[in-house]
Amino acid sequence: MPRSLALILLVAVWLFPGPGRAETAEEAYAAFATPNFDAIRDGVMALSVSGDPRALIVITALHDGRLYVRPDKVLFIKNDDGTFVDALTGAAADVPAGALKPVRVNNGVREAVNAALGVLRLFSPDASTRLTAAEAVFRARDPAALPALDRALAKETDPDVKTRLEQAHAAAVLSSSDTSDADRLNAISIMRARGDIEARSTLGNLTGQTPAVAAAAASAITAIDRSLQLWSVLESVYYGISLGSVLLLAAAGLAITFGVMGVINMAHGEMVMIGAYVTFMVQQSIRAYLPSIYSASLPIAIPMAFIVAGLIGIAIERTLIRWLYGRPLETLLATWGLSLVLQQAVRSIFGAANRDVDTPDWMSGATQLGGLTLTWNRMYIILFAIVVLAALMAALRFTSLGLRMRAVTQNRRMAAAMGIRTPWIDALTFGLGSGVAGMAGVALSQIDNVSPNLGQSYIIDSFMVVVFGGVGNLWGTTVGALTLGIINKFLEPVAGAVLGKIVVLVMLILFIQRRPRGMFPLKGRAVEA
Amino acid sequence: MISQRVSTLTIVLVLGGAILLALLNQFTPEASAVHVPAYVIALVGKYLCFAMLALAVDLVWGFGGILPLGHAAFFALGGYAMGMYLMRQIGTRGVYGNAELPDFMVFLGWKDLPWYWHGFEWFPFAALMVVLVPGILALVFGYLAFRSRVTGVYLSIMTQALTYALLLAFFRNDMGFGGNNGLTDFKDVLGFNVQADSTRSGLLVLSALFLCGAFLVARFVVLSRFGKILIAVRDTESRTRFLGYRPESYKLVVWVLSAVIAGIGGALYVPQVGIINPGEFSPANSIEAVIWVAVGGRGTLVGAILGALIVNFGKTWFTSALPELWLFALGALFIGVTLLLPQGVMGLFALRGVKPAVTPAPTISEEEAPV
Repeated sequence: MPRSLALILLVAVWLFPGPGRAETAEEAYAAFATPNFDAIRDGVMALSVSGDPRALIVITALHDGRLYVRPDKVLFIKNDDGTFVDALTGAAADVPAGALKPVRVNNGVREAVNAALGVLRLFSPDASTRLTAAEAVFRARDPAALPALDRALAKETDPDVKTRLEQAHAAAVLSSSDTSDADRLNAISIMRARGDIEARSTLGNLTGQTPAVAAAAASAITAIDRSLQLWSVLESVYYGISLGSVLLLAAAGLAITFGVMGVINMAHGEMVMIGAYVTFMVQQSIRAYLPSIYSASLPIAIPMAFIVAGLIGIAIERTLIRWLYGRPLETLLATWGLSLVLQQAVRSIFGAANRDVDTPDWMSGATQLGGLTLTWNRMYIILFAIVVLAALMAALRFTSLGLRMRAVTQNRRMAAAMGIRTPWIDALTFGLGSGVAGMAGVALSQIDNVSPNLGQSYIIDSFMVVVFGGVGNLWGTTVGALTLGIINKFLEPVAGAVLGKIVVLVMLILFIQRRPRGMFPLKGRAVEA
Repeated sequence: MISQRVSTLTIVLVLGGAILLALLNQFTPEASAVHVPAYVIALVGKYLCFAMLALAVDLVWGFGGILPLGHAAFFALGGYAMGMYLMRQIGTRGVYGNAELPDFMVFLGWKDLPWYWHGFEWFPFAALMVVLVPGILALVFGYLAFRSRVTGVYLSIMTQALTYALLLAFFRNDMGFGGNNGLTDFKDVLGFNVQADSTRSGLLVLSALFLCGAFLVARFVVLSRFGKILIAVRDTESRTRFLGYRPESYKLVVWVLSAVIAGIGGALYVPQVGIINPGEFSPANSIEAVIWVAVGGRGTLVGAILGALIVNFGKTWFTSALPELWLFALGALFIGVTLLLPQGVMGLFALRGVKPAVTPAPTISEEEAPV
């Protein structure tokens, strides 16, 4: 049948790539046994295109310095445990190490080995290895890789790898001197579709082209620049949202306590810090007693941090803050004093140095979305912020505690007259706000140093968010946090991190002049704050 | 409300004490039992400057009802103005021996003196800037804030944001104020060696004089008709407004006056400690200044001076004897004073003729309901 005949032909072409290379795999292996560097180098090149199934293993061994030769010219590969296998068959071989000599390499051989590995990996059974290899070939822009690329393309089934191979092929075509204009134009359009900084530099390196090709390259560069700019804007937005979600986590608790009680809690940052230390303790105890569930340490730390920080918050409200209602400025001073005490207490217990909190495996790494690199830990923090916010809103909206809290916020005396025990609500609200701060601490332990000063670095930013968004309004806090985060990240490349922050602070000071109650002020009949 | 007798006593004690210390330092032999070592002179001089900052805080907090969490910014700005003068006096005695540029600018590879450094080699100009820079910043900030009726906690947070922004700004090398290290390594002030005992004694007496002067000005202001209205604004701003006064004007005047007093305090502070760096802007410093006033007794002026001296002596003793416990002690001071001693030490002694500012009754009325 013609179809199977074609298949056989294809395999034949792949196995015996024609008369270009006279040497076969056997001759290449024989060359490795000679002391001649040129012969070894030719052998590597021949082996890389021979299609021999052991080629990758043998060349990798050569690359790692694990390929040995016996005086009778038989090749062996040394395993990691010191045993040897026959290089050509892979069978275990019992040979004394003293009888073997390593196959020698020099720079020329090393270059050939690297190039050969790059090409051979294009045929690896593992798709991700093929993808990495294709990317490496793309970056090398080596016209010599064209035949191998052609073969790899014909064989490739994975669409991602295929795209990457086409791009590598295009890059090789563009750097080759004897390809047709039609091929080049096609290659330029592939580069344009890829549209990243590598593609731009490949196109930027083109010189001495025919007018048609040069014009196509120029227009492709413009298009790539435009799309790169778009991606960089998107990247700033992403970083801004990421920073905003951190600010939101830190400020949400503050917004609740300030909204319900009119109390600025300067020790709020210390609740965040305590949450981070709870994470540290949870990880330490899990490592000591239950190492099997270590990867779940963060999900366990979240409720723990909420409970610990929440209980401390209730204790603070019952012992300190309830004596100071109606005196917001004195509350501010007392809670500041409390924050000093808490910081020093943590410093005395855990020491002033940073503590290591591990990032679980499932949170490390990154994913690629177009021209964006999204790191997992940032993604999880954004998700976590959304979940916390939704849970808080639901708690305020649908639970009876939430109903009471809203009643007290709107009209404390009326709520008391309706039988709500306002002091009790105050304590629970303070506990809730502190608990949320503790959960923020779990998230911050993943991206910041866990030290006694952790809370201090966020407290001023959190205030800014609350004041900007409008007090007692979670939506205001959300919008405030995201706006501040995004503005910060957009200013950073223009003005630098520190100057950007100063600009934001000055803008906020001016903004408060226009809207003294923030963006979304709570409607009420209060004459003055 | 601040009696003649207590005021006279304060002035006699501050000025007399400073002169006595200076004389004991200058005219007794070092081996003598009554000799005052140089470090005590510098330390007390530093406390008197802090007392000026406390006085400035009391003026706006005790009488204007504005809790400032960024007053150290004005103190530090005055200090930087003086520091710039002192830097220019170094001349060719710096490490690089450059007559035109301070060492840190040579180190950063700068060629010319930035425009805002010109004139600071001339003392009267520097002295003017000590008053003008904090004064103008306070004027602009206060005008914007009071006009749009930003009050209470919001205003406190804004003052904190102000000093935080300045802290970040002064840390930058590009600002031209020495970045992280600030301004230091001073040699002379008005031709006198800043290291010499006689100069230090002189600065101590000068600080005492300025402190007493500031105290008298503040006392005059709060006892005048202006001060009565200011207190009315503090207690019920809206009612005062309905009576036809403009609370923002009264607050602005006392705010700028307070900033100027703080700035002068900073200017006297720098030659005595020999350095000014961005750390002075840190929000924690400003909040500490507030606690001095709270400890002494808010709204008494005398209490502010007393509180600054008590807390700072305590800090010096604690940080050398029990450094681990200092933050516990300071935190406990904050909590204890606000909870148990709302009228401070002055309220405790209940000195005859001194009636501390009474905090509005701690009830949550409709008017003061949380925002």
